[in-house]
Amino acid sequence: MTISLTVIRCGALTTVQDAGRRGHAHLGVPRSGALDAPAMRLANRLLGNAPDAAVLETTLTGCALRPDSGVTVVVGGAPCPVTVDGRPVPWGAPVRVPAGAVVDAGGVSAGVRSYLAVAGGIAAEPVLGSSSTDLLSGLGPAPLRDGDVLLVGAPVQQAALPATAPWAGPPDELTLPIRLGPRADWFTPEALHTLTSATYSVSPHSNRIGLRTEGPPLERVSTGELPSEGMVLGAVQVPPDGRPVVFLHDHPTTGGYPVIAVVAEAALAAAAQAAVGTPVRFTLG
Amino acid sequence: MTRNRLLDVRIAGRHALLIELPDAERTGAFHAELLRRRAAGTLPPVEEIVPGARTVLLDGVPDPEKLARQLADWDVPSGVADDGDIVEIAVRYDGPDLAAVADLWGLGAQEAAARHSSYTYRVAFCGFAPGFGYLTGLPAELHVPRRATPRTRVPAGALALAGPYTAVYPRSTPGGWQLIGTMPDPTPLWDLTRDGAALLTPGTRVRFVPADSTP
Repeated sequence: MTISLTVIRCGALTTVQDAGRRGHAHLGVPRSGALDAPAMRLANRLLGNAPDAAVLETTLTGCALRPDSGVTVVVGGAPCPVTVDGRPVPWGAPVRVPAGAVVDAGGVSAGVRSYLAVAGGIAAEPVLGSSSTDLLSGLGPAPLRDGDVLLVGAPVQQAALPATAPWAGPPDELTLPIRLGPRADWFTPEALHTLTSATYSVSPHSNRIGLRTEGPPLERVSTGELPSEGMVLGAVQVPPDGRPVVFLHDHPTTGGYPVIAVVAEAALAAAAQAAVGTPVRFTLG
Repeated sequence: MTRNRLLDVRIAGRHALLIELPDAERTGAFHAELLRRRAAGTLPPVEEIVPGARTVLLDGVPDPEKLARQLADWDVPSGVADDGDIVEIAVRYDGPDLAAVADLWGLGAQEAAARHSSYTYRVAFCGFAPGFGYLTGLPAELHVPRRATPRTRVPAGALALAGPYTAVYPRSTPGGWQLIGTMPDPTPLWDLTRDGAALLTPGTRVRFVPADSTP
């Protein structure tokens, strides 16, 4: 029997995410996938799911679901109050949700994105090998809407991690280790100094495509146009306003603004949890 | 390390190299060479090979510094082999900017359509949207600027021009290119039900075949 979940409250933006799509960047297909991949994997492991089983990624305001049969869920990532039929239940640990009860992941108390994983995983039709919602190009399932019905995958038999597993806390200050290049030579020496010494802050215009920042603009040596070129995850692209944008998982695969540096992939999970206004520092290393 | 004067190899983070070439022609040749070596099993593991206008990005490379040293010894062919299949795309030359483009070319609309469909194009790279290929092959004297004001909606199937590129929009998006025609059924451009969803992949050659109803 397939278990289904009815979306009672879809929240500001809730999407299905897994490990994303690899190997299609040359066709203009972004990688996509959970922005806070360690949180997705931990939520899955606590349930005995495969680490990259599809989960729900919420944005600031959480979401609420009603299963038609009993299911076990974990809500992790950004901390938030979790309730089942209004009664508080643990965050970051497996919770049993009886048939017909409503599990609600509430608004975050810190961070940005909570992950709701279900034992068995979310079963969504894979597109190019992934069930992830890609907001840039519209691949994968559409963002959740109230009343949508999601299906749960086959029950899992793997051993789950103990529920004492540690969650990374959302950053009070975001430190992003970078390597300069591939287009650092398009910028003035002062710009390179500014990038690695100034404090930026997370802009409210950030999304799954990029973490936008506010702060001192980075000046270019030349104002010429850069012919479109391939862009990597974590690329720090500098648009004409001079404020660095860190490319996250739904980033365009080619772009025409110079990339001054690239952020280490391991630091991007924290970037995905950095709330608007969080101070951002770029450090060499 | 011998520096390969044709390849400007740049580090792009911990797992990627961006390789810049002198021009679009050599970029195409280098890209073809990468695909040839990958097919032959002589390319180190690379997750993504993403051509751009004058670059090829190699992403998901376990040891970029080592690959960069190897690239210094490569001989890159100077031109793209003109063999392989040609994808034919039936179009009507009926776009709202056809007259303006024809004016820029100093031609009438019918002559402009005939001229545009007389060339064999090549997919230089993809991007912007899945299935959107940037086609090169239009001679430099026919390059036209983007529209001063982008359209908020370009219909799927629009045949468009900007700078050195020609493209067909696989789906409706905003866009600033000059629209000169229509591919009546654009669904084959990006068809997830087909093995190989993209009709136009980097390196593919393309000809536009005017339909009878062209003005």
